[in-house]
Amino acid sequence: MLKCRSVWNKLAPLTKVSSNVCRHNGRRTGLTNFRIPPCAPAAHMSTGPRGGGRENQLYAALVGAVTITVGILSYRHLKEDARRYQDRIDEIESRTSKGIVKQESAPIQSEPPDVEAIETEVVPEPEPSAEPTAEPQLEPPAEPEPETPSAPSDAEATPPSDTTETPSAAAEAVVESAPEEVAEAPAAPAVEEGDLTKLPPSDLIEPSPAPIVDSGADTVPAPHKVPSHTPYLLIGGGTASFAAARSIRARDPGAKVLIVTEETDLPYMRPPLSKELWFSDDPSVTETLRFKQWNGKERSIYFQPASFYISPEDLDSAENGGVAVLTDKKVVHMDVRGNKVKLDDDTEISYGKCLIATGGVPRNLQVIDRAGEEVTSRTTLFRKIDDFRSLDKVSRNVKSITIIGGGFMGSELACALGRRTNESDLEVIQMFPEKGNMGKVLPEYLSNWTTEKVKKEGVKVVSEALVKSVTFKDDKLQIQLKDGRLVKTDHIVAAVGLEPNVDLAKSAGMEVDSDFGGYRVNAELQARSNIWVAGDAACFYDIRLGRRRVEHHDHAVVSGRLAGENMTGANKPYWHQSMFWSDLGPDVGYEAIGIVDSSLPTVGVFAKATSKDTPKAATEKSGTGIRSESETEDTATSPVASSSSSTPTVEQHKDDYGKGVIFYLRDKVVVGIILWNVFNRMPIARKIIKDGEEHADLNEVAKLFNIHED
Amino acid sequence: MSYCRQEGKDRIIFVTKEDHETPSNAELIAEDPDDPYEEHGLILPNGDINWNCPCLGGMASGPCGSQFKEAFSCFHYSKEEVKGSECIENFRDMQECMQRYPELYPQEEDNESSSQAESSSPSVPANTTKGSGLPETDSTSTTSTPKSDVSIDSTSPTENETAS
Repeated sequence: MLKCRSVWNKLAPLTKVSSNVCRHNGRRTGLTNFRIPPCAPAAHMSTGPRGGGRENQLYAALVGAVTITVGILSYRHLKEDARRYQDRIDEIESRTSKGIVKQESAPIQSEPPDVEAIETEVVPEPEPSAEPTAEPQLEPPAEPEPETPSAPSDAEATPPSDTTETPSAAAEAVVESAPEEVAEAPAAPAVEEGDLTKLPPSDLIEPSPAPIVDSGADTVPAPHKVPSHTPYLLIGGGTASFAAARSIRARDPGAKVLIVTEETDLPYMRPPLSKELWFSDDPSVTETLRFKQWNGKERSIYFQPASFYISPEDLDSAENGGVAVLTDKKVVHMDVRGNKVKLDDDTEISYGKCLIATGGVPRNLQVIDRAGEEVTSRTTLFRKIDDFRSLDKVSRNVKSITIIGGGFMGSELACALGRRTNESDLEVIQMFPEKGNMGKVLPEYLSNWTTEKVKKEGVKVVSEALVKSVTFKDDKLQIQLKDGRLVKTDHIVAAVGLEPNVDLAKSAGMEVDSDFGGYRVNAELQARSNIWVAGDAACFYDIRLGRRRVEHHDHAVVSGRLAGENMTGANKPYWHQSMFWSDLGPDVGYEAIGIVDSSLPTVGVFAKATSKDTPKAATEKSGTGIRSESETEDTATSPVASSSSSTPTVEQHKDDYGKGVIFYLRDKVVVGIILWNVFNRMPIARKIIKDGEEHADLNEVAKLFNIHED
Repeated sequence: MSYCRQEGKDRIIFVTKEDHETPSNAELIAEDPDDPYEEHGLILPNGDINWNCPCLGGMASGPCGSQFKEAFSCFHYSKEEVKGSECIENFRDMQECMQRYPELYPQEEDNESSSQAESSSPSVPANTTKGSGLPETDSTSTTSTPKSDVSIDSTSPTENETAS
C-alpha cells in the first residue's frame, strides 16, 4: 500500500510534467519546462527555426524519458506482483483454515491504486505519442493504454525494447480486462474461474505472469466450478432449504436451484440424531446413518441420496434444471442491491431469488467457554452429524457423561444415553435450572411426572442446578454448582439453546429481531425484495399467534415449503400451523402444536393410558416411521371412525397422566395444544388453534379428541 | 367419575370414558373450501394438480420430475373410457427416466401406474416410490380417498416433507 503510494507520488510530478508538455504541444511554443535550463530556450528560440528542431528533440527526449520511466516502473511493479502472487499461493497452501478474506481485502485495496497509477500516467502519453506512432491500436474499443508501450518502441528503438515486452503484455491484459474492470462495480471485480479462486481480484496482472499462474493453479486444488448466476439461491443446506428446493422444483418446471452450505454433508434431518440413531442395533450406524423406524423400515437421515442432486457445474446446462448442492462453502457477504453473494473463497454468485436458511449454532455456557481448553475439549455442542459421531464414540469410552440443559435436546439425549447404561457402566447425569424436565414447556405437574420417567430410563437428574464453574482436576471435570453441590464427570454435553445465525444481516442490510433473535420477516417470510428466510433463523409474523421464532423440524419443513412457494410467486402467509413432537423413552411421547409455554395457564384433560398408547404403538399402527409423517398418512384412518377397540376402563391411579390433552390459553383463547400419548389427532388440534375461538368449557373441546379411543 | 383439580394456574381434569361419550357441544368454524391460505390436497379447487402436495413427495421435483408431471397430467385430464390409455408413451418415458436412478426410484415388478389407473387414486404417484428416500412409500397401504373433500384430515399433509 505504501509502496504504491510512493510510486504514485513519484509519478505525480511526471504526470504534471507530461501534462504540461501536452498543453504546450499544440502551440509548439517555446518550452517553458522547468527541466530545461532557463537560458537555453531564450537563446535558441531567437535563432533557430520556428518550432525549432532543438525544441522538438528536447521534447522527444523528455517524452522518451518519461515513457522509459513508466516502462521500468511497470516492469518492476509487475515483477513484484508476480512475486507477491506467488507468495500468496504459497501461503494458501500452507494455510489450514479459511478466513483469508481480511487478508485478501488488503491486497484488493492496494490493487486499484496501482491500476489507477498506471492508467493515469499512461493516459497523457497518447497525445504526444500520437504523432510519432503509426502503430495500430491493439484493440479498437480499448482505452489508450496500448499506445504507451507502442510509443517507446517508436521513440527509442532499442533500449526499452525488452522492457516494453512485459508492459505490452500487461497492456494487452489491461485492454482485455479493462472493459471487464469498467463493467464491474468498483467494489470487487468478480473472479469467475473456479480453478483460480485464490487470485487477487485485480485481473490486470494475471496474464503476464502466466507461467507462474499456471504452476500456482496446479498446486491449488481445483474446487467445483461454481455457476456465476443461479435463478434460485438457497443459503444453508438444512431441512428448510431442502423443503424450499423441493417446493420450487414442483412449482417452477425446470427450475435451477443452487444450495450453498457450510456443512460437508448433503441435506439431512436432525431429529434422528438425538433419537432413533441412538436406538439402532447396528454397530456401523455412525457410518451408514440409517435408522430403523418403529415400523421396521429402515431409512437414511439424508433426505435424498446423492444421485438426486446434480453437480453445480452442470446446473447451468441442465435441460430440466435440478437441485445442486455446493458443500463446504460459506456465504460471507450479501449485496442486496446487486443481487449477488460472495463466498468465503471470493467467488461471487448472482441470484434471481434468494432464501436464507442458515439455521443456528448451539449456545454454550459462558463458564465453559472461559474454562480453558481442557474443559472445552471435553464438551460437546450437539447439532450436526459429526457431533453425533463424536458423542457416540465418547459414550463408549468414558465412565460418566453430564448433560447440561433440560429442554428437548437435553432430555432426549439423556434418555438415549440412559439406555446405554444398561449395556455398559456408563453414568448419565442431567442437570438444569428448572424443577423438572421440559420445565419451560410442560406445566409443573407434568414436568415432574416426566422427570420421574426420565429417571427410570437410567438418568441421574440434578434439578435446580445453576452452574457456577467448571474445572478440570484429577482427570475429571468438576462442575461446581451455585448451591454448593459438586458434580464430577468425564464429558459434558451442553444443550442450552440455539443461537440463530444472522451473520449476513449486516452486509445485506436486514433487520434482526431483538426479542426472539433471527432475521425479521413478514408473514410471507419475506425479508427484502427477492430475499426470504425460513427455518430456525426466521423470526416471522404468525397471523394467528403473533410474531415468533420456532426451532422445530416440522416448522423448518413448513416454512421452507412456504418460502419456496412464495419464491415462485404464491404470496401466501404462514397459515398452516407446524407441529413438533418428542419421545422420552418408549413410554412418554407427545405431539404439540402452537405456543406451548409453561408460563401460560393450562387446562389438562386426562384419561388412563393403556399399552396401546405409546409412541411405539402409534407409529406401528399408522405404518410410518417418523412422527410427523404419521399425521399425513393418517388420511385413511380417520380418528373418529376407527374406534373398534374399546379400552377397558380400569380404575386408574389419580395422578397417572397416562394420556390426555393439554390446552394452553392466552386471554382465554387456546394458543397451544399438547397431545399427551394421544396420536394421530393433530388435524383437530390444528383446527382449534386456527379458529382462535374462546371456548367456555374446554372439556367439551377435549371430547373432540376421543382420548379414550386408540 | 371425572374430577377436577387446580394447581396454581393449571387446571387438571380426569375424565372417564362415559364422561366423554356424549357428543361435544364445542363449536368449530366451518371450513371454507376456497380459502386461499389453506393448504390443498392433491387436487386444487380449480381442478388442477397440486404439484407441491407433500403426498407426492419428491416425485414432481426430482430428476424425473418433468416426465412425471407429463405422465400424471395426461392421466389426470384424460377423458378416455379407459382413463390414461393414451398416456402410455408418457408413462414409458417416466419409467425409462426412473430406471436411470434406481437409488431414488427402486423398481417394483408391476407397472405401477397402469394398475393404479383404474382406482384413479391420488396415491398413484405415491405407489411408484417405495424405498428409502420417500415417506409416502408407507401410504401405499393406506390408500386414501380423494382429497378434494373438505375434511380436517385432508388439509394437513405437510409432514411428508420430513423424510423427503
